[in-house]
Amino acid sequence: MLILQILIDGFAISALYALGALGFTLIFGVSGVLNLAHGAVLVTSAMVAWYVGTNEAAGALAGAASGVLAGVITAFVTYAVVVRPIQRSKAIPEGERELFVLTGTLLWGVMLQIGLGYIFTTTPVTVHQLVSGTVDIMGVRTPTNEILIAVMSWLTLGVLWLVVNRTPAGKRLLAASINPRGLTLMGVELGQVYLLAWGIYGIIAGIAGVLLGSFLGTSSAYIPALTGTAFSIVVLGGLGSVTGTVMAAYVVGYIETLTAYLVSPSLRAVPALLLLVLVLYFRPQGILGRR
Amino acid sequence: MKQQLLIVAIVLAALAAAPWIGISDYIIGVLTMICFYGVFAMSWDLLFGYAGEVNFGPSFLIGLGAYGAGLADADLGLPVAVCVALGTLAAVLGGLLLAIPALRLRGPYFGLITLVAVLLLQNAIVMFAGITGGEIGLSVPDILSVNATVNFYYALGLLIIAGTVLLTVANSSFGLILQAAGQDAIEAQALGFNVVKYKIAAFILSAFFSGLAGAMLVFYLGTASVDAMVDISVGIQVIIAAVLGGRRTIIGPVLGAAFLIGAGEVLRPLGQISGVVVAAIALACILIFPNGFLGLLHGRRRA
Repeated sequence: MLILQILIDGFAISALYALGALGFTLIFGVSGVLNLAHGAVLVTSAMVAWYVGTNEAAGALAGAASGVLAGVITAFVTYAVVVRPIQRSKAIPEGERELFVLTGTLLWGVMLQIGLGYIFTTTPVTVHQLVSGTVDIMGVRTPTNEILIAVMSWLTLGVLWLVVNRTPAGKRLLAASINPRGLTLMGVELGQVYLLAWGIYGIIAGIAGVLLGSFLGTSSAYIPALTGTAFSIVVLGGLGSVTGTVMAAYVVGYIETLTAYLVSPSLRAVPALLLLVLVLYFRPQGILGRR
Repeated sequence: MKQQLLIVAIVLAALAAAPWIGISDYIIGVLTMICFYGVFAMSWDLLFGYAGEVNFGPSFLIGLGAYGAGLADADLGLPVAVCVALGTLAAVLGGLLLAIPALRLRGPYFGLITLVAVLLLQNAIVMFAGITGGEIGLSVPDILSVNATVNFYYALGLLIIAGTVLLTVANSSFGLILQAAGQDAIEAQALGFNVVKYKIAAFILSAFFSGLAGAMLVFYLGTASVDAMVDISVGIQVIIAAVLGGRRTIIGPVLGAAFLIGAGEVLRPLGQISGVVVAAIALACILIFPNGFLGLLHGRRRA
C-alpha cells in the first residue's frame, strides 16, 4: 500500500505547493515583481491562524479566517511600504529596479521573520486543523484534514481561474501581464490593477499559509526554505505561467514525497534542487516559460 | 579620487593605531569581524556592480573557502597557511562552477541558481555530518593567534590587500570593459571584447577573496559552521552591506559592513528585536538613498 500512500500524500502536498507558489507567479506575471518576502507572508498567515485558533475561545474556523486576513494585510503592506516606493523612486535607475525590489523584499522578509519569532515563538507549531479524524481510502488511512487541504487548494485554483478569465477585473489583470502600456492607453489605472493583484495575492498566500501550517506545521525558521521552494517551483514551471506552476508543483511535490518515503525524510529537498539545476542549465525558461 | 584615497588612508591609519590607544579587546573583535565582512561585501560588489551579475550565494563561495580550509586542518592536520590556500582554491573552483551558468542565464534565473548552490552546499554539509560536523559545526585544532590584536592585524591586512587589488582592477581598463559587459553584453562583444573571458576572470577574483576571507575566518573563530559561513542569512548580510554602502564603489561595501556589524553590536541589548531594527534601518536607507552611503557623500559634494 506504500505506492497508494505516496500517491495520496504526494497529491495533497503538491496541491498545496501549487497554491503556495501561485501567488508568487501571479505577482511576477502582473507586475514583474519577484517577492522574496513570499515565505514570510505564508508564515505570517499561519502564525496568526495558530495564535487565534488556539489561544482564544474563537476556534479553528475563526483562526483560519484571521490567518487569511493577516495574509491580505501583509501583502498590502509589502506593496505599499516596500515595492511601490522602489518602483516610483526616481533615484533608482530603471535597469536596477529589479535588484532593489529583490533586496527590499528580502529585507522585509528578514524583518517579518525575526518579528514573528519575537512576537509569537521560534519553535515550530501546528495550526489547529479544521476537521479531525481519518478516512480509509482503499486501505490507506488518510487524515480528513489532508483531503480537505487538497480540495481547498484545487477549489482556490479553480476560483482564481474563473476570476482571471471570466470577470472584467480579472481580464484587466491578464492584460496587465501581457501589455501594461496597452492597458494604460485603454484608460485603465495600472495602480488599481496592481492593488487588485496584491489583494488576490494576499488571499491566495493567506489560504496557502494556513493550510501549510495545519499540514506541515509552521515556524519563522521555515521562511527562507519556503521562499526557496516557491521560487524553485515557479522557475521550474516558467516564470509567470500559472499552468506551468501547477505542473511543476506536482513534479516537485511527488519527487519530495518519493524521497521522503523511499530514501530519507531529511533529504527530501535535495533531488528537487538537483532537478532545478538541470532544468536551468538546459531549459532556462522552465517547462512552460514564455521567454 | 586623490582626496578620496587620502581619506581612506587616514581611516586605515586610525584603524591600525586603534589597538594602541587603549581600546578593549571586545571592540577589536568587532573591528575584526567588520574587516572580514568588508572583504565579503567588496568581492560581491565586483560581481554585481561591475560584471552585472546578481549573486545570491556569496555564502556559497565563503562556505567553500571555510569548509575547504577547516577540513584540511581537522582531518589532514596541514599547516594553517596550506589550509587557507586549499580553502581559497576550493572557492575559486566553486566560482568557476557558478560562472558557467552565469554566462548562459540572465537576471532572476542566475540569481536562483546561486541560491540553489547555497542550499545544496548546506544540504551536503548536513548529509556528510560524519566528516563536516553537520549542523553543530567543525572545530579546527589551529587558530590564527590567541592575541586579539594580532588577529585584528591579520584581518586588516586582508582588507587592505583585497581592497587595493579590487580597486585597482575596478578602475583599470579591465574594470571598464567589465562594466560594459555587465550593462550591454552584446554591444561589448560587438566592440571586439571577449565578454566570456572578462566575466570568468571577475568570478575567479571574487571567489578568490571570498574564499580567502572565509578560510581565515575559520581560523579566527576556531570553527567552521553552517550558521556563521554558509547560511542564506550570511549571504543576505553581505548583499545588504554592499547595496547599503553604495554599489559599484568597492569602498562603499566596507562602510556598509561596518554599519551592519556595528549596529548589530550596539543594538544587542535589545535582544532578538535588534535584527528587526537593523533590517528596518537598512530598508529605509535603501528606499531613501538608493546609491548608498558613498552615493550620498558624492551627491552632497556635487550639489
